[in-house]
Amino acid sequence: MELSLATRTVAEHTVLEVGGEVDVYTAPRLRERLVELVDAGARNVIVDLAGVDFLDSTGLGVLVGAMKRLRVANGTFGLVCSKEPLLKIFRITALDQVFPIYPSIEAATGDGDGSGLTS
Amino acid sequence: MATVRLSFSPAPVHVRTARLVGVAVARRAGVAEELLDEVRLAIGEACTRAVALHNQYGLPDLVTVEMSDSEAYAVRVIDHAPIEASVGLAKLPPDELAAESLTDEALTTGVGFALLAGFVDDLQVRPVEDGPGTEVRMVWPVQRR
Repeated sequence: MELSLATRTVAEHTVLEVGGEVDVYTAPRLRERLVELVDAGARNVIVDLAGVDFLDSTGLGVLVGAMKRLRVANGTFGLVCSKEPLLKIFRITALDQVFPIYPSIEAATGDGDGSGLTS
Repeated sequence: MATVRLSFSPAPVHVRTARLVGVAVARRAGVAEELLDEVRLAIGEACTRAVALHNQYGLPDLVTVEMSDSEAYAVRVIDHAPIEASVGLAKLPPDELAAESLTDEALTTGVGFALLAGFVDDLQVRPVEDGPGTEVRMVWPVQRR
């Protein structure tokens, strides 16, 4: 399945919804979009992986790169993911200790309970 | 014994094809359905690594994927890059993963190896017998048909 990318704003967070396969062929497009968002001023970025059905090391590298860029810009970066196969990938690579990973957009943005990303 | 051999020019777009073929042959060979996601990811990682090495060294040579199902499902992914390029494969600890000093290439290589090692119980990385290059060999059990 082809990569799909869509952006929306939720409670001062920029949410990038990703769908399809993120691999060595499609990951450069994801990197490009994330760089564009940060360059355009987005500082609280959430990448929603709900629609992703394949994610490889190249895609993981792009996500780490985006997190580093936002850290330099005093921003925040988080992932939304509840699919067990993807969560296993984060655990095996120890990236679950690097990224804030939330089960839903509501959890990532805090949505009233203060548990979401903070600057 | 059935063997399927696929060779492709070292372009990222072909890695998806290798994954698709690898999973199709695995299913046909009798690999358990619940292992197929891991097979797909591992073949993809091994091919991604081979493509990256060929591009790094400017090698136009084809990358080869060989699948056989004699007793188990064995997949060999063969590159032709200098052998020293394969040295230094290591899983990175969490504090290094997010370090500013780590290049994107080093991160992707480390993460890719962690995925291979994490998803494949029977994994070997060894020099090819003739000329430069490395063979990544992965084996999965098959169910009796």
